Amino acid sequence: MANNKVSQDTGDLKLDRVSKHYGDFCAVDDLSLIVPDGSFFALLGPSGCGKTTTLRMIAGLEEPSAGTISIGDTDITTQKSYRRNVNTVFQNYALFPHLTIFENIAFGLRRRGVKDVKSEVESALNLVEMAHLAERKPNQLSGGQQQRIAVARAIVNRPEVLLLDEPLGALDLKLRRQMQIELKRIQTEVGITFIHVTHDQEEAMTMADTIAVMNQGKIEQMGSATDLYEAPKTAFVANFLGQCNLIKGKITSRAGDKATVTAKGLTFEVPLSRVATSNDSVFLGVRPEKLRLDDTGVNSIKNCVVTDRSFVGTSTQYLVRAPWDLELVVFEQNDEGLHDLRVGDTVSLEWDPEHTFALDGAGDINAGADLDDEE
Amino acid sequence: MTTINAPMPSLSHRASRWFSRNLIRIYAALAFIYLFIPVAYTFVFSFNDAGKSNLVWQGFTLENWQNPCGAPQVCEAVVNSLQIGVISTVLATILGTMIAFALGRYKFKGRKSTNLLIFLPMATPEVVLGASLLAMFLNLRVNPGFWTIVISHVMFCISFVVVTVKARIASLDPRLEQAAMDLYANERETFRYVTLPLVMPGIAGAALLAFSLSFDDFIITNFNSGVVSTFPKFVYVSAARGIPAQANVIGSAMFFIALIIVIVGQVVSRKRKKI
Repeated sequence: MANNKVSQDTGDLKLDRVSKHYGDFCAVDDLSLIVPDGSFFALLGPSGCGKTTTLRMIAGLEEPSAGTISIGDTDITTQKSYRRNVNTVFQNYALFPHLTIFENIAFGLRRRGVKDVKSEVESALNLVEMAHLAERKPNQLSGGQQQRIAVARAIVNRPEVLLLDEPLGALDLKLRRQMQIELKRIQTEVGITFIHVTHDQEEAMTMADTIAVMNQGKIEQMGSATDLYEAPKTAFVANFLGQCNLIKGKITSRAGDKATVTAKGLTFEVPLSRVATSNDSVFLGVRPEKLRLDDTGVNSIKNCVVTDRSFVGTSTQYLVRAPWDLELVVFEQNDEGLHDLRVGDTVSLEWDPEHTFALDGAGDINAGADLDDEE
Repeated sequence: MTTINAPMPSLSHRASRWFSRNLIRIYAALAFIYLFIPVAYTFVFSFNDAGKSNLVWQGFTLENWQNPCGAPQVCEAVVNSLQIGVISTVLATILGTMIAFALGRYKFKGRKSTNLLIFLPMATPEVVLGASLLAMFLNLRVNPGFWTIVISHVMFCISFVVVTVKARIASLDPRLEQAAMDLYANERETFRYVTLPLVMPGIAGAALLAFSLSFDDFIITNFNSGVVSTFPKFVYVSAARGIPAQANVIGSAMFFIALIIVIVGQVVSRKRKKI
């Protein structure tokens, strides 16, 4: 029976006010999202944030409790998974153990009654550089090889959207790096929309054009890796992507294009465009590599003490204690301007207003910190 | 030996060392001898020039193997046993597999008690089952015969099939079926191309088990067979006046057929792994 009708129109993937409840638990909460056709999109978040549930709803393996999902103009919210032109690369690959690699890749083609199965499978195998393994069984392959076959099995169907559920989670670090580049190459080559679910912020930043950071069933912020890193909108995003120094303070004036923030008697400047809240209580943020061990800048903290120092090759990382109960992380590049400070040295810190951002100070200042190392 | 003054270990010491080093082998050999003496005995006496009674060695002959149906009614009994075995196996495997899927895959009211009830026939003494089945057939005015044997055999085989197949279903990764659905297979295709092939080793094992249970059964069959003879019943009945050597031939042949099936299965699966 190969006459399964599969929707063929292409277009952007839209999630409109989608929710998913399991009893009292709300896995996905009123989520709206547009993924442009042909983009590499990452859903990033800690485990339990609802990213996999979102993916499964797009795949048709779960039905939303509310809201609609559509591709182009076609509403696929309640469409059976085998009628959707969407394919998934499962977390542990889920290759069929009783079929050869060739038959695994041919599976979707045969179900749809495609004529030239052989050449399609061969070109998919070539795309992932695994042509020599066609007659093997999945359990004779290494993790990395199985991963490529799982990608080939999905991609051979030329889906409108390819879903990847933590596809690199089971691989070791070196192989993971290699596969990140590989997946990016494949995506550029085939031009299919990729939606990549991951808890690894580095993986998301390396691969995706657009990243949606998810937390507790909602999207915290969406944008390019640079946007999210340089101008986070919430404490969760600031802490979850890379390291961040957050200082609790109060906006005392908003004048012209800049706001003035005071904290512990010190005043700091931040461009109004980088103030993400209308609240006056804020977290003032700056990334560790933007801090300088100097005291000439507009935003500076004097009389700090070095409490820890570690040399990591390209940079030296200092832990610096401010005159009050606050520790700041500072990365200093290992070039000619190196200060070479010791633990116990007194230093001043300064940074530019344009590298500063101000976030809503109502939430938890540590939200999202230490969440990404779940393995 | 070039060492001059090394004390030679005493003979008894060396013997006990040899013994302790080879203890596990000796034990294994004894265990196998214990297991296979009856088979060997059966096999050897299949070549006995027995005449009426096959209890004492009378001399070597190939006649029993050349003419396995030589004894009156022995082959009729074997054919009955094979037919009953095949029919019961097919029916019990189909029904049992369906029950196993229902129990393994769906949540319904009474699932737990069904699980328990399925075990009951395995725990009930065969004598009780046989006697009550006979009572039931007589009350229903059904004459015991070929089909009452089949009905009885299907009944006690089902439990074993359910247990075996259910274990296989429980070990199945649900993501494989999701992957099939994701790859454009509808419910029926998913079952046919993914679920069934993956559960098949369990079903095949269950069928073999059912066949050997049915072929082997004497107690329940004896109650519910009427005038129909099966191979175990034939052996039992003829024991009173001497079991013909042909029974040994058929018994040995069954053993070697089973052995060949096992060996072929092993070789095939080893070859598959090597590819």
